[in-house]
Order: sequence, then C-alpha cells, then structure tokens
Amino acid sequence: MGVDSEVVDHVAALAKLRLEPREREDFVEQLGRILEYVEKLQEVDVGDVPPTKHVIDITNVDRRDEERPSLAREVSLANAPEVQQDHFAVPKVLPD
Amino acid sequence: MSIDLHSLTCAQVAGAVASGELSATEVTEEALRASYSHDMRVGACLQLLPGSARARAAEIDADRELRRLPLAGVPVAIKDNICVEGTRTTAGSRMLAQFVAPYTATAVQRLEAQGAICISKTNLDEFSMGSSTENSALGQTVNPHDGNRVPGGSSGGSAAAVASYQVLGALGSDTGGSIRQPAAFCGVVGLKPTYGRVSRYGLIAFASSLDHVGPLARSVEDVALLLAASAGVDPRDSTTVDLDVPDYRGALEADPDSFTLGVPSSWLAEGLESAVREQFEATVAEMEGAGATIMEVDLPHQDYAIATYYVIATAEASSNLARYDGVRYGARAENAADLEEMFVRTRSNGFGAEVKRRILLGTFVLSEGYYDAYYGRAQRVRTLLRRDFEAAFAKVDVVVGPTTPTTAFTLGEKADDPLAMYLSDVYTVTANLAGLPAISVPCGADERGLPVGLQVIGRPFDEMRVLQVARQVERVRGGWPISAATG
Repeated sequence: MGVDSEVVDHVAALAKLRLEPREREDFVEQLGRILEYVEKLQEVDVGDVPPTKHVIDITNVDRRDEERPSLAREVSLANAPEVQQDHFAVPKVLPD
Repeated sequence: MSIDLHSLTCAQVAGAVASGELSATEVTEEALRASYSHDMRVGACLQLLPGSARARAAEIDADRELRRLPLAGVPVAIKDNICVEGTRTTAGSRMLAQFVAPYTATAVQRLEAQGAICISKTNLDEFSMGSSTENSALGQTVNPHDGNRVPGGSSGGSAAAVASYQVLGALGSDTGGSIRQPAAFCGVVGLKPTYGRVSRYGLIAFASSLDHVGPLARSVEDVALLLAASAGVDPRDSTTVDLDVPDYRGALEADPDSFTLGVPSSWLAEGLESAVREQFEATVAEMEGAGATIMEVDLPHQDYAIATYYVIATAEASSNLARYDGVRYGARAENAADLEEMFVRTRSNGFGAEVKRRILLGTFVLSEGYYDAYYGRAQRVRTLLRRDFEAAFAKVDVVVGPTTPTTAFTLGEKADDPLAMYLSDVYTVTANLAGLPAISVPCGADERGLPVGLQVIGRPFDEMRVLQVARQVERVRGGWPISAATG
C-alpha cells in the first residue's frame, strides 16, 4: 500500500488534524513503513474465521430503565472552556 | 516499628495500622517524603496529593473499624490516565493538562474503600501510547536502576514510583504491555488481569477492547492483595464479568508439582537479548527442578501479533480520541473563526506526535475501501491468536516466556524509530488480544544489573494460577531487589 502526501492529507482531514509540512513528510515515511509491516496480515489464511469483536462472552448488558443519580450540571460544566447560560459555548458552526 | 518503606509490604503496613504499631498518618508522611525526595531523580510523579492523602489518613486513624481494613494506610500511586475526583488527570497530554476529574475510577474507589491512600498521580506515555514513557508531554521519567535508561511504558511512572520506594503499590493500565513491560524494566511485579476482571470505569480510554487496569508492587503477594481489592463486576462498566473474586493472596502458595508450564519455542528465537534468554532459561530450569512440568507449546500465529495489535489498537484509538474536540473539556484553541477551525487547531496543538501517528493509522485502516482489508482482517487474525492459546491451554496451565526481548533501553534510543518501538511489544500484545491474565515477575538481571522480567500467561479468569506460578518464580530466583543470576 503506497502512502503518499495525498493519502496522509485525506486521512488527516478525516481525523480533524492539520499537519505542518515537516510533520506530513515524517508521517508519510513512518506510516509507509508501518503499513508495509502490517501488510504481512495478508499472508494469513483467514478462511471463514469469524472476527473477534469482544474477548469475553457477554452481550447486551442491560439495567432497569430507572432514573439514577448522574453528574450534576455544574460538575459537567466545570471543565468547559466556555459556558453560556448553562450550555457549552462554541464558535459559530457555519463559516462566513 | 520504624517506617522503612524499603522493607515493608502492603500486608505488613495494614497489619501494623490495625495493631496500632503504626498510624496511617505516619506511613502517609513517609510516603510523601519519599515521593518528594526520590522523585527529584526519577521523575515518576506528575503530582503529589498531600492534602487528600493526609485527610484520608487522619480519617483512618480516628476510626477503629477503618484501621482494620485490609489495606489500611497502604500508600499507592495512580497512573495519570485514571480519574481521581478533584485531581488533575492529564493522560500525560497537553490536551488534558488542566482537566480536573469529576469522578473517581472504580478501581481506585475500591482500593480506597479498603484503606489504601493515594499519594501521587504518575507519569505515562501520552494517552498510554508508547513503551518508554518518553511520549509524555508533561515530564520525563527515568529508570530507577539507571538514570540514562527508560522505565518502560506506558505505565513507566507507576513502575518507577514502586521501584524507587515512593509507594508500596500502584495502579497502571495495560493495552499492549503497558503494565508488564515497565514492571520488567524496573524489576517489579506487574499484572494485567483478564479482560473484564477489573472495571475500566474512570480509565481514560485508548483502545476499548484491549485496555486493562492492573496493579504493580514489589512482590507477588502485594500484587495479589491489590488485585483482590480492585477486582469484581461493576455496573458502571458493562464489560466487567460477574464472577467471584478469589482470595488471591490466601491461596498463593501452591505446590510446583502441580504446575505445567508451556514455553513457546517461537519466543526464544532471534531478537531476544542473550542475557534475557539466559535468565529466563535458568528460571525455567529451576522451576523444573522444583517439580514443575515444562512442555513446549506452539503459537503458530505469533508472527502476526504485532501487526494485528497495531491495526486494532490504532483503529480503536482513532475512535476514542475523537472526543477531544475542545467542546466540553480539555484544551481549546483560542480565537478560532468557526467550529471546524476550533476542532482542527485544538487537536493539532493538543496531541503529540505518537498520538497523531496512531490516530492517522487508525483512521486509515477504518476508512472506506480499506476497512475489510485491514481492520476486518486483523479481527480475524485476532481470533486465530486466541485459538492458538486455547490449544496451548489444552496441554498446559500457563504459558511462560520473557516479558520483553531486551532489558531497559537508553533514553532516546528508539525515539526516532516508531516501528522498532512497536516491535519491543512482541511478547506482551498477545495477552491483550486474547484477553488473558498475564503477569511480569522479576527473574534475574543482566550484566549491567538491569532487571529481567518473566511473563506468565494464564487461562481467562485464572489469575490464581498465574499468581501461584509467579510466586514460585519469586521463591526460586529471589524476590525484590532482583540481582544477577544466582545459578
């Protein structure tokens, strides 16, 4: 799998990261080598082996649909960079 | 009784507090003093918690019932990706450098409920991504045995705090070896429990199907005590399993005649440092001499473990770290023109290089067109790796091998070569992929005096057997402090 700047930029955009030119260069080289290493997974005969999504045998752990104490509002807002009227305030969503 | 944290065990401290020979306050003051002074050299701590520690110690001292708790007065350190309410919990990252945890992790709550006292938050590779603690954005930690070497990672601070006598025990986290490898490098005991044995509630997530919380200490007995205190089903972590927690410490001494140890031949191949091989083989020979049966086992897919791990772990990390967007907590880039710019600048400034590298890799393997070839395939190879162990456990009780291919490397040695750093996890990642309990216990030292760790991996929820075998290794090779080969 060839990794070039275009691939890295595409992936960075998906991950909401902007890379400096030097970073991009480094990542192209490093990710290239790592993906080359990871290619060896293609050698394995996986046939119809099922994927492992969980290593333990539990599914659908429920609890009763009852109200329970949860984080108080002030606690939830305590680490917020900006609060307005008990809401998390952010820059405008739509650009000009 | 004098307080010498060099020679006391967790059990001894709790016993002394119960009998009145020591007060929790005296022990706490000594741990704070030791942490402050040793840490000038070692750098294990990101912060000390003197206020809350002293308050808790006073509480314990004032109450007869509390003084009789199983871990009364025991000083512990907590890796800084584990939330302790009211403390800065940073994950070693600029992204969370000012984040104050609004709740306490279940594992910590349980230790505290049994009387343990949190003395410090320890350094780690940023978001637990690394094998040397060099990726921390907030400080440097060195190996207490050699200040030019790494303590291992990502729980390097926890291992170093225990190894430099600051505390008697610590909690760390292990996603690909992050408890066991620093334990091996620092000469202490570190256990990764079975997935689902210890709650992850309050652990800052890296890779949700691979993350585990676990204890470190200078003896197998102390690790057994800490595990018993922290384990058990938790309604706040739906991946915990509702199974009784055995008296791990009570049943620790077992007859080696009853042990069957499996050694994977592929683990003793090239890349293994000769000193590590020698200490490991000498230990196995002594275990055999003590009555254990040794058999060779085959792990046919071992060569694919690292590749499988780095696809799955990075994929899960890219998802888990998407929450760091500057909206509700953590760092936020200032003066952003709009939301999108805020996201991008917050994340680009807040994450270090290794974290970005893994997010990019994980995003790639999950992206359209590549998902099946990479992530889907890795999940299938993960199944094959689990089956390798199931087959081995049909013949043996535990699988043993070196914890790491080398002893502690020097600071900076692997910093420029991420792939080389990843390959040093070769023996540890499989236990995370298969969800199996695994411990690292010191088994000797190399010619420079650097500790060598031996790993014991057991069947799911068979921590008892893993601890028993580790206890026997400790008996035959000598416990803390481990020294060069005796035979």
